[in-house]
Amino acid sequence: MGVRQDYEAVIGLEVHAELQTESKMFCACPVVDSTVAAPNIAVCPVCAGMPGVLPVVNRRAVELALRVALALECEIAPLSVFARKNYFYPDLPKGYQISQYEQPLARNGGLTIFVSTGEKRVRIRRVHLEEDTGKLTHVEKNGQSYSLVDLNRAGVPLLEIVTEPDLHTPEEVRAYAMALRSLLRYVGANSGDMQKGVMRIEPNVSVRPAGSAELGTRTEIKNLNSFRALERSVDYEIRRQSELLRQGQRVVQQTLGWDEARGVTVAQRSKEEAHDYRYFPEPDLPPLVLDPAWVEQIRRDLPELPAARYRRFQQQHGLSAYNAEVLVAERPVADYFEAALAARPELPPKQLANWITGELFGWMNTYNQSIDEIKVAPAALAELVGMVVSGEINQNTAKSVLAEMLESGKSAAQVVKEKGLRQVSDQAQIEAWVEQVLADNPTQVESYLSGKETVAQWLFGQVMRLGRGQANPQVVQQALQRKLLAIKQSHTR
Amino acid sequence: MTLTLQEVEHIANLARLELSPAELALYREQLSAILDHFSRLQQLDTSGVLPYSEARQESMPLRPDQARPGLSTEALLKNAPAAEDDQFRVPPVLD
Repeated sequence: MGVRQDYEAVIGLEVHAELQTESKMFCACPVVDSTVAAPNIAVCPVCAGMPGVLPVVNRRAVELALRVALALECEIAPLSVFARKNYFYPDLPKGYQISQYEQPLARNGGLTIFVSTGEKRVRIRRVHLEEDTGKLTHVEKNGQSYSLVDLNRAGVPLLEIVTEPDLHTPEEVRAYAMALRSLLRYVGANSGDMQKGVMRIEPNVSVRPAGSAELGTRTEIKNLNSFRALERSVDYEIRRQSELLRQGQRVVQQTLGWDEARGVTVAQRSKEEAHDYRYFPEPDLPPLVLDPAWVEQIRRDLPELPAARYRRFQQQHGLSAYNAEVLVAERPVADYFEAALAARPELPPKQLANWITGELFGWMNTYNQSIDEIKVAPAALAELVGMVVSGEINQNTAKSVLAEMLESGKSAAQVVKEKGLRQVSDQAQIEAWVEQVLADNPTQVESYLSGKETVAQWLFGQVMRLGRGQANPQVVQQALQRKLLAIKQSHTR
Repeated sequence: MTLTLQEVEHIANLARLELSPAELALYREQLSAILDHFSRLQQLDTSGVLPYSEARQESMPLRPDQARPGLSTEALLKNAPAAEDDQFRVPPVLD
């Protein structure tokens, strides 16, 4: 069933990202990996919601939030206000979440994304600071049904980033989420470790007749933590809503969950209706008044951001859009590429990029290593690629040399020397190999002479084999052509 | 200003409280009295006064990002009505 073009989707995204701090948002409890840590080992009276305690804001969390907001080109509020969002749920020990409501930290930004239709700026409505909740586990045991509460995650700093409803396709939604993840990692705000739930995405989706200016009724899909689930659930929801409208039915405003196994969205009982959160300014915290000099300092210290780097890699280094995208997605990879190029500025950037996205990524995937963990430094890779470019070793030899380098940490020159892999370009040696192959395979030579030209390719392979892959292929090709031509001429004469 | 019984029920529901009819009537009276008190405050002319949250222009003290241990798990769970596997045990919650 394809979506007919008569309906258009309008999508906005809310993303919750945990900030990478040592301690929690309002207390000094350590931030631990709540997917592996023993339960309730990082909890104190403040984050447990005991009476008589007071919150104190973590400076680093504010700094990271500002880095993200500035990277998203937002206007920073000189004064922002924390508020209580009230609801009762066992993962929320205080009975309220400290968040920001009417006066968030930042507003009116934008993030550039790159999709098949080109470049697009997604407007950011607001960025605000809040705290995460605890973790609930449902248990069915001995005929009893209950829940267990782990508060390690309660009070971990959380950044909420809300877009305007500027997205229209599952592809755009995915591109935005990936670009945001990349940006969060660039500025050091979030690990991007999606499986650990450190970045959770909530799309709200509505459809309307194409060309209409009015917005349709929207639904919200809660708590997605993979790009695949995000893309699939949005696609499903667009089709479902379009189908309802086509049949003359109405879309019901509701909160949905995504059933990954069945590939459908399902209605969820919402925790509260929005207007019943009874927000009010947090009386325990004065407004957050920012020193403009501090904000400017943070702005100046921002690294080059992914979108700018993506453009520069294409313009300055002549990389393809694909290579630029793949290299830029993670800052350490982009840094690696530039360090390798700096070590050997004369190398063709494309070739260097292909070695990274091909061979290096292959190794990193197989052995589950990051680019910071591999044993081949940027300059060492550049040396290897330099040897290919100069013809010292051929492409295939270089691949096995690189494998050895990744294994042992040795340099390319060392590996080539130890294994005697240097490419043979010596004319006399190669001609000797060619002659031997021709002498050993009279039948094939005969069939070549009778017009079966493809045999030449087979003969080439035999020469390369004889030379254990070290023969310079171009020299072999030329020598072989010459010899065959000579035989042909002596034959016809 | 008197709250309706439905409003009191709604507020009780938000607080996850199950109230008897007698309690509903009692809290209706008490909550209404509190609202009456605040509506008296509402009559004050505050047109020249900044809201509390903005009036406090001193900048908020921020804490350096240094972690230190909190409570032991044992101490944390000591007063919990029910605990299991180092966690609080509560009535079932289904998302």
